[in-house]
Amino acid sequence: MLNAKKFISIISIMIISGLVLTACGNSNDSSKSKITAVGSTALQPLVEEAANEYQQNNNNVSITVQGGGSGTGLSQLQSKAVTIGNSDVFAEKQNGIDAKKMIDHKVAVVGMAPVVNKSVGVKNLSMKQLSDIFTGKITNWKQVGGKNQTIEVINRVKGSGTRKTFEADVLKGKSAIKSQEQDSNGTVKKIVASTPGAISYLAFSFMGDNTLQPISIDNVKPNDKNVEDNSWKIWSYEHMYTNKNIDKATKLFIEYMNSKEIQNNLVKKLGYISIHNMKVTKDANNQIVK
Amino acid sequence: MEIKKKLLMSSKETRQDKFGKSISYLSIGFIILLVSLILYFIISKGLSTFTQNNVNVWDFLTKQDWSPSSIGKDGKPEVGALPMIITSFGVTILSAILATPFAIAIGIYMSVIAPKKGRKFLQIIIEMLVGIPSVVYGFLGLTIIVPMNRHLFGGTGFGILSATLVLFVMVLPTITSLTVDSLNSVPKYLSDASLALGATRWQTIYKVILRAAIPGILTAIIFGMARAFGEALAVQMVIGNATLMPKNLITPASTLTSQLTTGIGNTVMGTLGNNALWSLALVLLLMSLVFNIIVKIIGKRGSIK
Repeated sequence: MLNAKKFISIISIMIISGLVLTACGNSNDSSKSKITAVGSTALQPLVEEAANEYQQNNNNVSITVQGGGSGTGLSQLQSKAVTIGNSDVFAEKQNGIDAKKMIDHKVAVVGMAPVVNKSVGVKNLSMKQLSDIFTGKITNWKQVGGKNQTIEVINRVKGSGTRKTFEADVLKGKSAIKSQEQDSNGTVKKIVASTPGAISYLAFSFMGDNTLQPISIDNVKPNDKNVEDNSWKIWSYEHMYTNKNIDKATKLFIEYMNSKEIQNNLVKKLGYISIHNMKVTKDANNQIVK
Repeated sequence: MEIKKKLLMSSKETRQDKFGKSISYLSIGFIILLVSLILYFIISKGLSTFTQNNVNVWDFLTKQDWSPSSIGKDGKPEVGALPMIITSFGVTILSAILATPFAIAIGIYMSVIAPKKGRKFLQIIIEMLVGIPSVVYGFLGLTIIVPMNRHLFGGTGFGILSATLVLFVMVLPTITSLTVDSLNSVPKYLSDASLALGATRWQTIYKVILRAAIPGILTAIIFGMARAFGEALAVQMVIGNATLMPKNLITPASTLTSQLTTGIGNTVMGTLGNNALWSLALVLLLMSLVFNIIVKIIGKRGSIK
C-alpha cells in the first residue's frame, strides 16, 4: 500500500505543480503581449537581433522568433497560429496562400549574386550566358572564356526564396536543369569554395570573405549601391507578413523594424540593404517601378 | 455477519493489483491511441496526393520527374518518385552489404574468440558509435568523405557512394550488437559437441556457431537496413539532393528522406507540393512495415529446432 500511496502522492504533486505553473504562465500572458514571428531562415537573424533590442526597451512585450522556411511562416500565419510570417518571397507567389488576407511589411532588401569556384578563371558573364549555364545549354567553362572544365551547377532546394528570386530575375520563366540541391546558404558556400568548376548563387551577406569568386553580370559589380538603383538586377525583399487585423504590439514592433535606428545599423551590420535606400520598387510580378 | 463482510471485501492486495493493472492498461491504451493517430495522419495525408490532386499511383511510383510545386510539360505537376525510391534502396542495400562482413567479424571476436577482453573494449566503442548524433556523422561525411571522393573520382564528391560510406558507420553498431546477441544465444552444447568431435575452433565457428546464428544475423541485417532506410539528416548532407535517376555512385542523387527534410519547410500545408512529400513519408512507413514483417518471418522460419 505504501507504494500505491507514494504513487498517488507523486501524481498529485505533478498535477498541482502543473496547475501552479500554468497559472504562472497565464499571469505572465495577461501582463505581456506576445509576438511570434516564424518563417524565413534568411530573415531570422535580423528579426532575432531586432527583437532582442526591442525587448530590452519594452519589457511588456515578449517576442519569439523561429525559422522553418518561408512556406511554413506563411501557412502558419494563414492558419493564425503565429502573429508574423517571415518570408523571402511575395505571398502571391507561394502556392496555397491567400495573399489578399495579409498585409505585406517589407523590412529589408537582399542582393544575390552568382558565385563560382576560384579555379574556373571567370569573373564576368552576360545575363544570357548565366541563364544558359543554369538551363544546361553551356556545360563547360571554356565556352565562356574560362578553363577547360565541366560546370557543376549547384542549386538551392525548390521553393527556397533565394532560388525563386534567382530564377525570376535570371532565368525569366525557363526552368533550371536538374542538379545538386542544397538547403542553406552556408552549405552552398562551403561546396562552391571546395568543388572545382562549381557555380551557385548566394546572398551578399555570405560573400564577405575571399573563399569564392563573385561574378559580375554585364560588367556590373554585385554590391549594395548597384542594387539600390536596380543596375544589379538580382535582389528581393524580406517580408514580414501579418494578418489584416493587426494588434497594437505587433504594429509597434514592425514600425520599429522599419525605423531609422534598425535600418541604418542592424540591417547594414547583418549584410542586408536598408529599405529606405532603395530608389526603385519591385512588385510581386517582378515589375520594376522607379 | 462480520466475518462474511470481511471475506467478501476485497483485500488491500487485490486493490493494489487492480490499481497496478489499470495504470498499465491506461499507458498501453495511450500508446495505441498515439500510434494509430500517427498512422491515420500519415496515411490520410499521403493518400490525398492521389485522391485530391488526382495523381496516378502508378505514375507516382514509376515516373522520373519530380517537381510537384510547378507545372510540367504536359500541363500536369510532375510527381514521379522513382529516382528517390531507387536511391533509397541503393544506399540501404549497399551500406548493409558493406557493413555485414565487418559486423560478423567483430561479433565473432566479441562472443567466441575473446569474450572477456574483446567484449569490454569493443562494447564501449560500439556504444559510443550509437551515441553519436546523426548530424555529427553528416558533418564528418561532408568534411572528410565528400572531399575524399571528389579527389579520388572527380565530380563534386556528393552522391550515393558518400552516403553509403556514412551509413556504413551508422548501421555498423546496430548490426554488430544484434549479431553478438545472436552468436551468444547459440547453445553452448553445440560448440562443445563440435569441439569434442575433433573440429578446430575455426571449423566450429564456421560450421556450427555461424550456421546456428544465421536467423539472428539476418534479423540484425534487416534492422540495420531499416535504420539506413530511415536516416535523413546525415544522408541529406552528403548525397547532393538532385532528383535524378542515379546513373552511377558518384553523381548527386536524392533519397526519400533527404527530399522530405529539404522540402517540407518550403511548402504550404494542403498544396500538392506538401501532399506529395507526405506520400513519400507514406512510402517510408510502408517500407518499415515490410522490414518488420521480414524480421518476423525470419524469426519464425529460421529458429533452431
